Amino acid sequence: MLTGTLAELAAALQAGRISSVELTQGLLARIAAHNPALNAFVTVDEEGALAAARAADAARAAGTAGPLTGLPIAHKDVLMTAGLTTSCGSRMLARFTAPYDAHVVAGLKDAGTVLVGKTNMDEFAMGSSNETSFFGPVRNPWQHDHVPGGSSGGSAAAVAARLVPGATGTDTGGSIRQPASFTGICGLKPTYGVCSRYGLVAFASSLDQAGPFARTAEDCALLLNAMAGHDPRDSTSLERPAEDYTRDLARPLAGLRVGLPAEYFGAGVDAEVAAAIEAAIAELRRLGATAVDVRLPNARLAVPVYYVLAPAEASSNLSRFDGVRYGHRAEKYSDLLDMYKKSRAEGFGDEVKRRILVGTYVLSHGYYDAYYLKAQQVRHLIADDFRRAYASCDVILGPTAPTAAFRLGAKSDDPVEMYLNDIFTVAANLAGAPAMSIPCGFTRAGLPIGLQLQGDYFSEARLLNVAHQFQQATDWHRRAPTLASEASPPAPQEVAP
Amino acid sequence: MKWEVVIGLETHAQLSTASKIFSGASTAFGAAPNTQAAAVDIALPGVLPVLNRGAVERAIRFGLAVGATINRRSVFARKNYFYPDLPKGYQISQYEIPVVVGGTIVIATPQGDKTVRLTRAHLEEDAGKSLHEDFHGMTGIDLNRAGTPLLEIVSEPDLASSDEAVAYAKTLHALVQWIGICDGNMQEGSFRCDANVSVRPAGETKLGTRCEIKNLNSFRFMQAAIEYEIHRQVALIEDGGRVVQETRLFDPDRNETRSMRSKEDAQDYRYFPDPDLPPLVIGDEWIERVRAALPELPRAMQQRYAADYALPASDAATLTASRGLAAYFEEVLRALGGGAANAKLAANWIQGDVAAALNRAEIGIEQAPVPAAALARLLSRIVDQTISGKIAKDVFDAAWAGEHGGDPDAIIAAKGLTQISDEDALGRIVDDVLAANAAMVAEFKAGKEKAFNALVGQAMKATRGKANPAQVNAILRRRLGG
Repeated sequence: MLTGTLAELAAALQAGRISSVELTQGLLARIAAHNPALNAFVTVDEEGALAAARAADAARAAGTAGPLTGLPIAHKDVLMTAGLTTSCGSRMLARFTAPYDAHVVAGLKDAGTVLVGKTNMDEFAMGSSNETSFFGPVRNPWQHDHVPGGSSGGSAAAVAARLVPGATGTDTGGSIRQPASFTGICGLKPTYGVCSRYGLVAFASSLDQAGPFARTAEDCALLLNAMAGHDPRDSTSLERPAEDYTRDLARPLAGLRVGLPAEYFGAGVDAEVAAAIEAAIAELRRLGATAVDVRLPNARLAVPVYYVLAPAEASSNLSRFDGVRYGHRAEKYSDLLDMYKKSRAEGFGDEVKRRILVGTYVLSHGYYDAYYLKAQQVRHLIADDFRRAYASCDVILGPTAPTAAFRLGAKSDDPVEMYLNDIFTVAANLAGAPAMSIPCGFTRAGLPIGLQLQGDYFSEARLLNVAHQFQQATDWHRRAPTLASEASPPAPQEVAP
Repeated sequence: MKWEVVIGLETHAQLSTASKIFSGASTAFGAAPNTQAAAVDIALPGVLPVLNRGAVERAIRFGLAVGATINRRSVFARKNYFYPDLPKGYQISQYEIPVVVGGTIVIATPQGDKTVRLTRAHLEEDAGKSLHEDFHGMTGIDLNRAGTPLLEIVSEPDLASSDEAVAYAKTLHALVQWIGICDGNMQEGSFRCDANVSVRPAGETKLGTRCEIKNLNSFRFMQAAIEYEIHRQVALIEDGGRVVQETRLFDPDRNETRSMRSKEDAQDYRYFPDPDLPPLVIGDEWIERVRAALPELPRAMQQRYAADYALPASDAATLTASRGLAAYFEEVLRALGGGAANAKLAANWIQGDVAAALNRAEIGIEQAPVPAAALARLLSRIVDQTISGKIAKDVFDAAWAGEHGGDPDAIIAAKGLTQISDEDALGRIVDDVLAANAAMVAEFKAGKEKAFNALVGQAMKATRGKANPAQVNAILRRRLGG
C-alpha cells in the first residue's frame, strides 16, 4: 500500500483505506529505514509532515479534499520552504532557514500535499551525479555504488526507492530528466516560464525550471497541475490560462509523428541504451505512431553553449552569497576582501568554484563577445532547429543520457567527461521547450534506461499523453529496486557484465 | 596659454515612486535602518525583481520633456561587483540599450541661451548605505535605500565652465521637479551629480584626459569642485605634468578634490543582460498617454509670458523657477483679470515681497500663508486705489502673519488703511502741514526742490501713509503756487 503511485494512493485515501497520517507515518518509517543508505534526504520534517497529514485528513473529513490532498511528497533542497533549512546542497547555506515558500512549494502546499522533507542535490544544482553535495553523494537505489544522476539526485532516488510517491526537482541542463533516467522513474521539465522560479535559488536564471518527479506520467501531470501557473513575482513567468495536464492522458497515439534525429542515435550512445530506445520506438509504432527523420544540426553545439551561458549566469547569481547578510561567514578575517574570499572559499565546493571561474571569465572584458555573445547566438540557432523539426513531427525521441548510471567517482575527476553526460538534455533548456524522461528498459547489469520525449513549447500535455500511453503498454515503470534491509550497511553490489 | 574647459555631467535623479524599482518596499526617506528592505532588496536566495512601471513612466516623462527618443525596447543589465551595501553582488542598470536616448537642455548664459545635448538617460537601482560610525570597528549596513529607482541622466561634454555646469544642473534640477519625477531634495541625495572635467589648449579639437568628480550634492560644491579641478589640471599641465584619468572625490571641508581610484584600478563590471527581466517594451500608446499628461514646460511658459504679457525674460525665468511659483503667478493674474500691467504688478510682488517673505520663513510657495487669491485681492486694492503700494506692503505683512484671517480687505478695514482721496480732507491736511513747517516752505520758495518732497512726506506721515500721494502732490503744488 505505501509504495503505490500518487494516483493509487489518492484513491486509497479517498476510499478511506488509509489515512494521510497512516500513510505519512509509514513513509517516514521507510525513510528512517532506508535513507541512511541512500542519503536522499538532507532534512526530514516529521513534525511538520504529521501536522500537514492531520490537516489533510481533516480536510477530507470536511469534504474539501482535492486530488493531491494528504499525499506525501519531498522538495529538492533548492526550493525555499518556509521554516525549513534550504541548503542547496552547500555548506554556504547549510544552516539557512528559508523565510518563505517558493511558488511551486506554495502551490503544492495549497493542493494539500504533505511535505515530508528536503532532498539532497548537487551543490547549487551544479552536477550530473549528485556527488558535489556538501552532504555527501546520494546512492542509486538500484545499485548503491552507482550515482543517481544529478543535480536532483535526492528527489529521484527518493521516488525510485518508494520513500515518497512524488517529489519536485529543478532542471537547468537535464537535472530532472537525467536522474529520472538513472533511477527508472519519470521526470518532466516544463516549458520555461510555466512554473514560477520565485523561491527557486537561481543557478542559471534563463535555463532553470522546476518540475515533477513521479513513477508515472499520470502522477507527473497531477503534480504539474499544482506547480504551474502565472506568478507576478517572476517576470519570466508566463501569463497563460491554467491547464489540466491530465486532459490528454487517454488520447490514443494513432497519427502521432515521432521525430528521430540522427544526432541522437550516433556514436557515443551505449549499445544497450540504443537498443532500449529502439525497442521503445517499436512499441510506440505498435501504438499507432509513425517515425519521422528530423535534423538537429546544431545539437553538437548544445553542450559547449550551455557550459558558457550557465556558468556566466551562475557567476552573477551566486554573488549574493558573500557572508554579509546570511549564509556561511568565515570565522576569522582581516578585512572586507579577506572576509569575502574566505567565506566563499569555505562555503563553496570545487564544482561551484569552477563554474564561477568559468562564468566570470566568459563575461570578462575582451572575452564577452567571443564567448557569451557567441553562445547566445548559437542558442538561437539551436532553438530554430527545434522549430523547424516540429513542423514535421509532434515529439522528438531519443535517449535521455548516452549511458545508464555510472559508478560513484567514475567521472568526478574529469569535468568535461561529466558535462558530456548532458549532451541530450541541455538543448531543451537552451530552447526553453518541455521535455521528459520515462523508463524504457534496463541494462543487463540491472540499471534503468531513460527515454527522452521532447516537444514544442507548451506541449506538456502531449508529452504526458505519449508517456502515459507507453506506460499503459509497458511495465518498466512498475519495477522497483530491491532495497537493502534496515540493518545491513549499504554494501556495494557486484554486477556481472 | 589660454585653456578651454570641457565638462559633462552625470546626474542621478531619484524617481518619486512610492515603492522601489524592483520590489514593493517603500522608498520613504529616514526610516529606521533596514525597516524598508523587502526580501528582494536584501537579496534573499530565490527572490526575483519585478519592474515598477511607475519608474518607467517617469523615465518616459523625462524623455518627452527633453525631446529625446524613447527606445521602444530597452534592456536591463547586471553590473557585477562586490560591496557590502550591494546585496545581490550586482546592480541592475541599463547598459547597452537605455530607455531614453538624446534630447537637449537649454540653459541661460551671459552670452544668451545655450543648448546642451544629452547622451542618454537610463533606469537603475540605488545601492544601500554602509554606516561606519557607532559600530566600534565594524560596519553597519542599511538597505533601506537599496532598490530605490534612479534615472541616470548623462550629458554630452557640452559645458565650458563651472558656471555653465551649475546652470545646467539647476535647470535639470528644476525640470525633474517640474515634471514631477523627482523631489529634488539634494540633502537627502535625491539629486546628485558627478562631473567629468577636462581641459585643453584653446582651439584644440582633441579632448584632454578627463577626471570624474563624484558625488556633488550641492550646487555650491559643484562650482567649487569644478573650479578646483580646472585649476589643478591646468597647473599640472603647465608644470609639464600629465592629467591621469581617474575618479576624484570632492572634500567640501578642504575645498579640494582628491584621487579615489585611477583607471588602472577600474573594475571589470562584467555587464550582461539580466535574465530575470525581459526586455522593457514601451508601446506608442503608453508614450502618447504620458505625453498627453505632460504639463506645459518652463521654456514654453517663459515664451508665452514674454509674448502675452511683455514680461522681461528675467521675470519670466524667475516666475517659472518652479511649477508651484508659475501656478501661483497665473492664479494671481487670472484673479486680477489678466493684462500686461497686472502681469507686471503681480510679477514684481511675487519676486519682491512674496519671495522675501518665503526666504525669511524658509518655505516654498506651496506653503505661503498668503495664497494666490489673497495676494490678488490685495493687488486689486492697489489697482482700484483703495490703498497705496506702500500701505499694501503693511497689509501683506499683516496677512502673512495671519491677522484677520489673512484677508486683506478685513485688514484694511480694521486698521483703517483705506487711502484718503477726498480732495477737501486732503486740502485741510496739506494746510496743516504748511502751517507747521514754515521753514520748509521757505526753503522751497528759495528754490530747494527737495523741500517739496519733505512736505509731501509730512503729509503722508500725518495720514500714516493713507493719503493718496498723487493728490497730495497736486494740492501742494497748487498751494505753493509751483
